[in-house]
Amino acid sequence: MPVFGSFTLVVALVLAVYSVVAGIAGLVLLRRGDEGRAWAALKLRETARRAGIAIFIAVTAAAIALLYAAFTDDFSVAYILHHSNRALPGPYKFASLWSGQEGSLLFWAWLLSAYGLVLRVRHKVDTRLVAHASVILAAIQVFFLLLLNFAAHPFALMTGPVAADGNGLNPLLQYAEMVIHPPMLYLGYVGFSVPFAFALGALIMKYPGEKWIHITRRWTMVTWLFLGCGIALGSHWAYSVLGWGGYWGWDPVEDASFMPWLTGTAFLHSVMMQEKRGMLKVWNVWLIFITFMLCILGTLLTRSGAVASVHAFAQSSIGTWFSAFLGLVFVVCVFFFVKNREHLKSENKLEAVVSRESSFLFNNLLLLAACFTILWGTLFPLISEWVQGTKVTVGPPFFNRVTIPIFLALLLLTALAPLLSWRKSSLESLKRNFAIPTIISLAAALLLIAVGVRPWQEVASAYSFIAMVLGVLVTATIVSEFWRGARVISSHTGEGMFAGMVHLTRRNTRRYGGYIVHFAMVVIAIGLAGAAFNQDKEQELGNGDSMSIGGYTLVCRSYSQDDNANYETESAIVDVFRGGKFLTTMYPERRFYKASQQASTMVANHSMPSADLYLVYAGRNDGSDKPILRVHLNPLVMWLWVGVWIFVFGTLVTLVPNKSAASLRKPVQERVVAMAEGD
Amino acid sequence: MRVSFQMPVASFQKRLCTILLLLLFALPLTGAGADRFGTLGHRLMCSCGCGQVLLECNHVGCPRSDGMRNELAAGIDRGDSDDLVLQSFVQKYGATILAAPTATGFNRIAWIMPFVALAFGLTLAIFFIRRWGKQRSVAMPAPAVLTAYQEQARRETEL
Repeated sequence: MPVFGSFTLVVALVLAVYSVVAGIAGLVLLRRGDEGRAWAALKLRETARRAGIAIFIAVTAAAIALLYAAFTDDFSVAYILHHSNRALPGPYKFASLWSGQEGSLLFWAWLLSAYGLVLRVRHKVDTRLVAHASVILAAIQVFFLLLLNFAAHPFALMTGPVAADGNGLNPLLQYAEMVIHPPMLYLGYVGFSVPFAFALGALIMKYPGEKWIHITRRWTMVTWLFLGCGIALGSHWAYSVLGWGGYWGWDPVEDASFMPWLTGTAFLHSVMMQEKRGMLKVWNVWLIFITFMLCILGTLLTRSGAVASVHAFAQSSIGTWFSAFLGLVFVVCVFFFVKNREHLKSENKLEAVVSRESSFLFNNLLLLAACFTILWGTLFPLISEWVQGTKVTVGPPFFNRVTIPIFLALLLLTALAPLLSWRKSSLESLKRNFAIPTIISLAAALLLIAVGVRPWQEVASAYSFIAMVLGVLVTATIVSEFWRGARVISSHTGEGMFAGMVHLTRRNTRRYGGYIVHFAMVVIAIGLAGAAFNQDKEQELGNGDSMSIGGYTLVCRSYSQDDNANYETESAIVDVFRGGKFLTTMYPERRFYKASQQASTMVANHSMPSADLYLVYAGRNDGSDKPILRVHLNPLVMWLWVGVWIFVFGTLVTLVPNKSAASLRKPVQERVVAMAEGD
Repeated sequence: MRVSFQMPVASFQKRLCTILLLLLFALPLTGAGADRFGTLGHRLMCSCGCGQVLLECNHVGCPRSDGMRNELAAGIDRGDSDDLVLQSFVQKYGATILAAPTATGFNRIAWIMPFVALAFGLTLAIFFIRRWGKQRSVAMPAPAVLTAYQEQARRETEL
């Protein structure tokens, strides 16, 4: 099987190279307009497309070969030896495909080929544009297949006798979410290749009009959704597995995933300006270029070992390859931009500072400022070492201090922007639109102070207070938008207000789905704001011992030990009481994995709308042999995950095609006619 | 009419932005946490190589974090100032023990640069919007009544 896998990777590389060469040749011949050669050019282009489709088959075969090796415990393959073992449960054997450097690169190549398959099968949407995009995707594929064939071969064989068992999967990765978190993240990273390919293709061929944006919008939205879900799943995994009571540590790998998401968010906003008013064409093209390059840069930073990361399992020396590829991508983008920049001239210009267009621009600026800050913080240790000769650490205190004000400003803009008019907002409309939301948010501010929030006492409390008040402001503006729209619909059709809101959303899914996503951001912000009020406590807890935190009393009923083929466990059984009443029983656990000889914690978390009660079995006291429990009381964390679900729902709504006003009105009219006829 | 209409919007917007930005960006400069152990513990990294903040390092069997926490507690109990406590950690473990760059020397650039970049971007954006707005108002002066129609069109077409 390893030989078959290696063979399919070589075949995939040959197909990808052919797809690039034949594709370019076909496009160049067609552009020259030589009628005698047009037939040959079209044939070449078609064979390039089919070769692109065949890449998917070849890379799929390679991925299956690696999975087969994992499931048959073929420890002659170095990758399987290092990332699996006989006792590893099936789902984790499957997850071993993306658990290490070589496997994850193969998975990346497979996803790229799958995206390429969809694009090439649906080529009739615009054959010329897709032909350009297909060549660019095939060129990206060549890079990854070169890596797989020459730098990080997943089928490399061990020398000497075959080991009886493997080293096992990293214990931190043996968690259900780890089976879906990396694929989601990779779907996001790899997915941005598609809008990048369309944007570059449209620039190369000087594509007339904005159709390429319509074609890529769904791709970008889906990719952005996947990346967002990947980030959220990663956070949830960190919260549930790492056991430090937090969900975001500003680790370079987290930063690497967040940066393209931020620029992707900026693109999704600014692209509306291009669609509606033919503006910001240069900006949009570069946003997509930058987003793609950030995906590559993030991979370069975290896999080359250039920056320290807790995700050490993915480091290696393939940085040179990624540096060269990133440089090449940048040069190609700059070359075609300089060559064809005249094609990107705006049809309109901004007219007023207080307008919907300007708000999009400021939104983009803040998103890019946040992205720049994260990139700057990630790279600063390297810059410092280069300039001063000493490395410094840029950790959470830096990122929290610098990025939180930017994100709060962004939240403020989320409240203001939807109520501004296109071109220019008048003072009257500002007063009319903002009066009620402002009064509601001021009332919320007073209410928060009344319930005990003291923003003047600590910086963290102040940030939380501002986030909550701005959250109320954003929610009020969103509700007012839905309300005003539904009222108009209701007055025209006779529907109720709720039906009017549904009707409204179906007529402009993008706009109202977008508002739902904005609301999701508010809910997430409220979940994050709770962090200012976190409490934690560590205590030795023998049988019958108790401890208290934030009104909860924890009593250790007993502790036990267990053993299975994969790991040994130690766990505590803890009863939780609040106000003297029994609430729940929790089972914090510590595991010792036999194959990897590594220990890991399994957090017990009781999640409530007000707070998470989060228990970590920290180990045993060597002297007393009693278990040590670390308890965290994390307010409002549940809302973070609820916000993610709303984000998914809102994004899915934006992906639903609009219903025309006529088709929505028809049933209502039919109903009215039926009623008039005495039905 | 148009000029007198525009001025209050601009000044209102200017004042609002200034106040909000001052509020947001001045916050990091104010106040310190009541819990010195918690505050200082979050300004230090664990030296075991796990890449986590000292008070958040909890990986099983960490050989360093307990000792470092004890050192921190001892420094606070001695009555050392924050700077002295942090300095003693830097002397013992090196500059990378601090979780964020100090606001001195070259490291100050780390803190300043994001805000400089943001301010530069905002200034540039406002400059161009105003310039384009002036160009447009000279080329095609819009009567005030048009604003009302624009507002009406917005209401009726963007539902």
